[in-house]
Amino acid sequence: MLKIENLHAEIDGKAILKGLTLEIAAGEIHAIMGPNGAGKSTLANVLGGKPGYDVTAGTVMFKGADLFDLDPHERAATGLFLGFQYPVEIPGVSNVQFLREAANSQRKYRGEEPLSGGEFLKLAKEKAGLLKLDMEMLKRQVNVGFSGGEKKRAEMVQMGILDPAFAVLDETDSGLDIDALRVVGDGINAIMRAPDKGVLLITHYQRLLDVVKPDRVSVLAGGRIVQTGGPELALRLEAEGYDAVMADA
Amino acid sequence: MMRSWPMPEAAILPTRRDEAWRYADIDALARIGADALDQWKDISVADGETWRHTMVVGSDQPELHRIRLTLGAGARAELFVTNAGGDYTRVEAEVTLGDGAHFEFGGVTIGGGDAVREFVTTTVHAAPNATSNQTVRSVHWGTATGNFLGEIKVARDAQKTDAAQSFKGLLLEAGASANAVPQLEIFADDVKCAHGATVGQLDEAARFYMAARGLSPDTARKLLVQAFLGDAFVELDDEKVHEQLLGAALAALEGASL
Repeated sequence: MLKIENLHAEIDGKAILKGLTLEIAAGEIHAIMGPNGAGKSTLANVLGGKPGYDVTAGTVMFKGADLFDLDPHERAATGLFLGFQYPVEIPGVSNVQFLREAANSQRKYRGEEPLSGGEFLKLAKEKAGLLKLDMEMLKRQVNVGFSGGEKKRAEMVQMGILDPAFAVLDETDSGLDIDALRVVGDGINAIMRAPDKGVLLITHYQRLLDVVKPDRVSVLAGGRIVQTGGPELALRLEAEGYDAVMADA
Repeated sequence: MMRSWPMPEAAILPTRRDEAWRYADIDALARIGADALDQWKDISVADGETWRHTMVVGSDQPELHRIRLTLGAGARAELFVTNAGGDYTRVEAEVTLGDGAHFEFGGVTIGGGDAVREFVTTTVHAAPNATSNQTVRSVHWGTATGNFLGEIKVARDAQKTDAAQSFKGLLLEAGASANAVPQLEIFADDVKCAHGATVGQLDEAARFYMAARGLSPDTARKLLVQAFLGDAFVELDDEKVHEQLLGAALAALEGASL
């Protein structure tokens, strides 16, 4: 579903990704772990198309198309969702307005009919309920005045509404308390655990993987995937640390 | 601007050395003609009365709109304007406030090309306890310019004056500009006068966030500009007119090739 080959990327002339290769099949939840500075967020941002990153070599194929041929909004409309580590505040724009415009922009790109106001609100209500987020929150401005945990839950409500084929979730568990972690994890399972969907789950901690059980786990270090294994790899990393596990690799 | 010799107001055109015409397009003003300088719309708002006026101004010709407001004790005047001129378009308000009166002004200047769009206000707090609140939002592209020149005069016995001015400029292209000139002339001592001015560009982080959710660059820009302009009309509680003013501003944006 997502095939990354020999990806090299840099920011401000500094090489961050140095030949990253990774393939994620439909139906797979793939966790990426790795030490600070390994390039995890850069990978997420490059996949999303964030300005400021230069791809200097390599390819990414998504659903059979070259991802780098698409602008960021086209990637989203094609079914790629980027969950932000730090969701952005947009004063003056309500969540409802933002998400309805987003959903309908995507539908327009795909040649589908727009959702009516009623259809959209019904969908929003259902997904907010799934993430235990008060509908009143969605009437407020995008992420303005939201706590860290509320922002992450709102991200997952967005994901539920937009219903992507593939999600890249960058440290969605950061800033969550234990209860919120469970809610967000359950949300990811409900929305993305399907035979025709895929997830790249970037995390530092096993605790999210206790809820969202990965099919495979890779270690990203020095801008490359250095090791891939089953869920037991994450447990070993948690117990022994990156240095020990990578020394054995 | 004080002159040291008497002169009929409209005898000659002002120059950019005149403070209130500092960023004006004098050539365009010349095309309107000096006679227009005499054409003040005079409004008196009686004690305790409320007057509200909303305008969408702008065409492919230069325009000058001059409004003179005199507010009695406890009177309230509200002026809301969308200035989306295709050529030099200037809206002026001279306001004199009686005891406890309030002046509310919300203005938007928006557009591209090389036009100058400006608001120029003179607010005279002539008596105690009067308040004024002015909010201008300015969005320009091309080599266009948006100006807000706001002068506030507080008379010697106008204690408890509370006057506020806020200007924010948003430049969508590098060639556009915005100017804010607050001027305060205060002769009373128990007075609150606040003014703030900022000029910036669209928030890149917000634009990428919106793109990552599937919003096209045009739609994202429209939403961000709409949010930016919103402040100017916050105090306008007539929903229909509110939408007209905002709609006229956003229509100007839709025609832009950015």
